[in-house]
Amino acid sequence: MKLTKLAAVAAAAMIAASPVLADLVFPSLDYRTGPYAANGIPFADGYSDYFTLINARDGGIGGVNAKVIPCETGYNTEKGVECYESTKGEGALVYQPLSTGITYQLIPKATADGIPVHSMGYGRTSAANGKVFHNIFNYPANYWNGASIAINHILAQEGGDIKGKSVALVYHNSAYGKEPIRTLEELSKKHGYKLTLLAVDHPGQEQKSQWLQIRREKPDYVLMWGWGVMNQVAIQEAANIKYPMDHFIGIWWSGSENDTVPAGAGADGYKALNMHNVGSDYPLYADLKKHVYDAGKAAGAGDQAGTVLYNRGMYAAMLAVEAAKTAQEMHGTKDITPAMMRDGMENLVIDEAKMTALGMPNFGPSFSVSCENHGGPGLGAVQQWDATAQKWSLITDFGPSDMEVIGALIAEDSAAFAAENNITPGCN
Amino acid sequence: MLYREAGDFKTTYAKDQQTFPITFDRWGYFLTIAVAVLVVPFMLNDYWTQAVILPFLIYAIAAIGLNILTGYCGQVSLGSGGFMAVGAYASYKLMTAFPELNIVFVILLSGGITAMVGMLFGLPSLRIKGFYLAVATLAAQFFLVWLFNKVPWFYNYSASGQISAPERSLFGFAVTGANANPATSYLFCLGFVFVMAWAARNMTRGANGRKWMAIRDMDIAAEIIGVDPLKSKLTAFGVSSFYIGISGALLFAVYLGAAEVGEAFGIEKSFLILFMIIIGGLGSIFGSFAGAAFMILMPVLLKNIMVGQMGWATDLAAHFQFVIVGGLIIIFLIVEPHGLAQLWRLAKEKLRLWPFPH
Repeated sequence: MKLTKLAAVAAAAMIAASPVLADLVFPSLDYRTGPYAANGIPFADGYSDYFTLINARDGGIGGVNAKVIPCETGYNTEKGVECYESTKGEGALVYQPLSTGITYQLIPKATADGIPVHSMGYGRTSAANGKVFHNIFNYPANYWNGASIAINHILAQEGGDIKGKSVALVYHNSAYGKEPIRTLEELSKKHGYKLTLLAVDHPGQEQKSQWLQIRREKPDYVLMWGWGVMNQVAIQEAANIKYPMDHFIGIWWSGSENDTVPAGAGADGYKALNMHNVGSDYPLYADLKKHVYDAGKAAGAGDQAGTVLYNRGMYAAMLAVEAAKTAQEMHGTKDITPAMMRDGMENLVIDEAKMTALGMPNFGPSFSVSCENHGGPGLGAVQQWDATAQKWSLITDFGPSDMEVIGALIAEDSAAFAAENNITPGCN
Repeated sequence: MLYREAGDFKTTYAKDQQTFPITFDRWGYFLTIAVAVLVVPFMLNDYWTQAVILPFLIYAIAAIGLNILTGYCGQVSLGSGGFMAVGAYASYKLMTAFPELNIVFVILLSGGITAMVGMLFGLPSLRIKGFYLAVATLAAQFFLVWLFNKVPWFYNYSASGQISAPERSLFGFAVTGANANPATSYLFCLGFVFVMAWAARNMTRGANGRKWMAIRDMDIAAEIIGVDPLKSKLTAFGVSSFYIGISGALLFAVYLGAAEVGEAFGIEKSFLILFMIIIGGLGSIFGSFAGAAFMILMPVLLKNIMVGQMGWATDLAAHFQFVIVGGLIIIFLIVEPHGLAQLWRLAKEKLRLWPFPH
């Protein structure tokens, strides 16, 4: 009896779905637990707070309430699949899984279901070719842009010639960390530097041997593709071996306050890339304070405002909201579907006037998305950590990447994907 | 009253030795199969299939595999995750190298390849036992994961090291890839689970299973009465790896669709499967199913109750999930160290006497 009752309760709990609402649904596949939580929390908070602000201040997107459904993935692909399946039935408009592994899982599934995926600066880089990846977007920049921007920064620092210099890549031994290798190899052929690859296994707490090798071989520059606890450990190890920090450059996922603060003064001068601006000196933050923080609606603990990854979560939400607005205008309806959202993303235009109107002047580069280019312009800046002031600041403008090399790689990789999956490339 | 042997006369040896000697049990078994085949496919949606049923079926095969090795033959293994990776990568290589090959044969061949790898790593078991063997299989786990990460041939030189399953169909229905219907992938996995569970049950009742159990209970005594330890241990490793390889191939091809070795087949997976058989019950086919159900369904259920029903924050729910599942494991092991299968056995014993217990 007791068992049947238990089973009935269990079955009811599993079937139970949230009530159907005519909201615009934005699932947030976030992670606030596990070894990647330090970076997952600020992003999730920023993402959620921006939607809260849009609802509180503007009454939603075009008057329709935006609903964020959080789902904890723990950066684990199986939980990510579970989250995707449990939220897609609620009318999810776009997925931003913040994990390259989960993105790879979702690419075929979301394409079959007709739901767009926006992997902003992560995921499968060749998704920039919208002729093959109709539903997948990775604007405004991707890993290969990042690799090239980092090399460009090294070139600038060395006066344009890095022939014979050595560059080491410390990377997370997963799809995420392996993404830039091809590009760095191609670029090394072009510029003549020597590339050393140092893999760090999940979760990245053990890096003694990699940094011992760096200490022995003394590469001129170290690049890092790290995430979560791996970032903090790497920066600490670099500080321990007294590696010159301004020669240590992380990708945009390896440059947040949570990564550098634990290393204390040792992290001073560490560089990382970024695809948007830093700090909280924007009119938008006044609105956030008024409508979200002071109203007690902040997501999470509410202590992440103004950090790099909080800004990135907000930026991701802003791009999603603008795409939804574009879709509403294009299709003349407030109640958009995932297919309309996809059209909105493909026709998204972000310019300075729009960002200023949103209270985020000069927050990111201006760009537009098209069917041929789902990857945006591929611009990125370099930011540097100041350990005494405890803050990041941009030290370069948003510079271009070597699209000649990257474009060829994207065409090659997306053609391989198209052949594997019997996709005829084309714009509808 | 209903559940009894009395009045059920067996007139042939075959009937006397059947798996379910009690009529009620037999009908229950037939009914379960009928419901699983005829009713469940029509009730499935994407969420149920992807989040609950497919992982349950696939991990059940892995749990049966490990149960054959650890539960029946007494050889502790922590290499299950690595062997699942062998199955997954074998199926990927077979699928991409021979696009015409039927998916059923791909899965079976992947199991065969894993069986050979498993027997290779089972060789140390002839010399070492217990904890030392566990450490040797742990080495297999780390070595295999490292191998699949290190050698680009295994992932067809793709830029990211990810493997993704191309679409394959059976009788015109897609079973792998994103266009697979939930009912099709369910029936495909169910077919494997049924055949493999049936084979395992009969294998463990036959000569081989008795040899394994003899080795498990006392290897020296078994050797004296004429059981060849080399053959028994290696067949156990081979059969067990075959099962685990098939489950790895299904996990990758049918369930995940894309995988990277360190994340999908890491050491956590080995422990997960080991926990399944410990909680379900060592040396029991039913226990493998019960353990897989417990370890797969419980987190999903708890998440849906805490986040979906009670509206808790997702991180709080995720942390509580660890606490509750961990607590339940401890409680189970204290109350019933022989696992869920023993509870099931006791319940059946009591049912036989009901309503007149003496």
